[in-house]
Amino acid sequence: MSQIPADLKYVASHEWLRLEADGTVTVGITDHAQELLGDVVFVELPQAGRTYAEGEQAGVVESVKAASDVYAPIAGEIVEVNAALEANPELANSDPYGEAWFFKVKPSDAADLDGLMTADAYAQEVGA
Amino acid sequence: MTVAIQRTPLNATHREFSAKMVDFAGWDMPIHYGSQLKEHEAVRADAGMFDVSHMVVLDITGSDAEPWLRHLLANDVARLREANKALYSAMLNEQGGVIDDLITYRTAWGFRMVVNAATRDKDLAWMQQQSEGRDVVLTVRDELAMIAVQGPNAISKALSVLPPDWADAVTALKPFSALPFGDWFVARTGYTGEDGLEVMLPAADAPAFFKRLAEAGVVPCGLGARDTLRLEAGMNLYGHDMDETVSPLQAGMGWTVAWAPEERDFIGRKALEAEKAAGIAMKQVGLVLEGKGVLREGMKVATEAGDGVITSGTFSPTLKFSVAIARVPAATADAAQVDIRGQLVGARVVKLPFVRNGKRVFE
Repeated sequence: MSQIPADLKYVASHEWLRLEADGTVTVGITDHAQELLGDVVFVELPQAGRTYAEGEQAGVVESVKAASDVYAPIAGEIVEVNAALEANPELANSDPYGEAWFFKVKPSDAADLDGLMTADAYAQEVGA
Repeated sequence: MTVAIQRTPLNATHREFSAKMVDFAGWDMPIHYGSQLKEHEAVRADAGMFDVSHMVVLDITGSDAEPWLRHLLANDVARLREANKALYSAMLNEQGGVIDDLITYRTAWGFRMVVNAATRDKDLAWMQQQSEGRDVVLTVRDELAMIAVQGPNAISKALSVLPPDWADAVTALKPFSALPFGDWFVARTGYTGEDGLEVMLPAADAPAFFKRLAEAGVVPCGLGARDTLRLEAGMNLYGHDMDETVSPLQAGMGWTVAWAPEERDFIGRKALEAEKAAGIAMKQVGLVLEGKGVLREGMKVATEAGDGVITSGTFSPTLKFSVAIARVPAATADAAQVDIRGQLVGARVVKLPFVRNGKRVFE
C-alpha cells in the first residue's frame, strides 16, 4: 500500500504539497505516483525564478517505463529546485516525501492551498 | 467475446516472491519483483531468471516436417545438420512481412519450435493452413513450463540445482544447442545478450525448480528487465521492431534469410528478391542519446536521408543513458535527430548491439 502522509495536501495529478514555516510550499510526487512509474532514471526540474500558473507543466519525470509531466499544483514563483534529486533521480522511488522533493514555490495566493485535497480525499482518489 | 486472463504454472510462485503482476498479451505476468533496474543488473553481473512459460512450445513431427519447415521459414532448417541444434528465423507472409520470429530446434523426434505468446493464434492458424495436404503433425506442448536462467553465472548456478548426472552434458552444451533429459529440455539460448539456459520442463516441476534456483542465488526477474536487456542486446521484439508490414531485410534480420540454395522456395522469397532488386528502402540501426532524456518507441527520427522511427527505446541500465532501435532510410549516415516531446535532440547512429556479455560493444 502506498503511503499518504496526513499532514500534506494533494492534487489529482499526484503531486503533494507541504506548507513550510516561511510561507513557501514544497512540492513532490506521491508514493503512489512513484509506484506507478517504476524505476525513475531522469528528472527535469523547472527554473528557479520562473512563475507558473496552477496546473502548468513544470517538469518531467522519466522512469525506465515512461515519461510523465510534473505540474505546478499551485500558482507561484519557483524559489528553489532540488539539485540532489537531479543528480540522484532514484530518490523519487526511495524517499518520495523526503529527500525527493522537486521544488519550492512561493504561492501567488496562500489561500489557494485551502482548496486542495486532504490525505483522505487523495486516498479515495487513488483507491488506496 | 471475453477471454479469461491466462496464468502460467508459476503464477502463485510469482506472488510468493512479491511480484508486481501485469496483463501481458492476455497473460498475468510479473513486470518486476520490486526493482526492474536491480533485476537487470543481476542478469548482467550474476544470474537472473524469467518465467517465459507464456511462450508457445510446439513439436513438429511427420515425414514432411523438414521439407515443410524449409518452405515455411526464411531461414533454412537444413542448416541444422545434427539433432539438438537451434536456428533463429522469421516466418514470413507472401508479401515478405514478418508473421513472427521464432526459434526452431532439431530434435530426435523431429523439430521443436518456440513462438511468441502474443502471436500464438495467428501463428498456429497460419501453420495449420500451410500444412494442409502434408504429413506434418503440430503438437502444442501447453503442459510444459519454460524458465530462462541468464547471466554470466547462470549456468553454474543452474548446475547446482540440476541433477548431478546432467552436469557434464549441460556444461558441454554449445551456444544455440539443446538436450532433452526425459521430460525436460535444456537449451543454451536466451534473449538477454548473456550466457544462459532456457529450460522447458513439466508444469508440475516448475515451481520447485524456480524456488531452488532462487535459493541458489538466481534473482527472479520480470518482463520489464527482459525488455531492457534484450534492447541493449539489440534483439528484436515482435510487434515493435518488426511485424507483418516490415520485411526482415528492413528489420536487421537479413542475416537470418537463407538465400542458398536458390531452389528452396520459402514463403515470401519472391517478395524479398523483388525488394532486394529494387533497393531496400529502410534499415535498422541503433541510436544513442548520451545526454539527458529517454528515447521511446514511436518517436520520429529525422536524418539527412529522410525520416525514420524509433521501434524500441529505453534507458539503458548498463550504460546509464538512453538507447533505441530505429528504422531509418537506408542512406542514413552517423547522425540523426529525435523528436523528444516536441524538441529535436541529436542522437548518434551506431551498429547494434549496444551491450554483449555485460560490456559496451558499439563505437
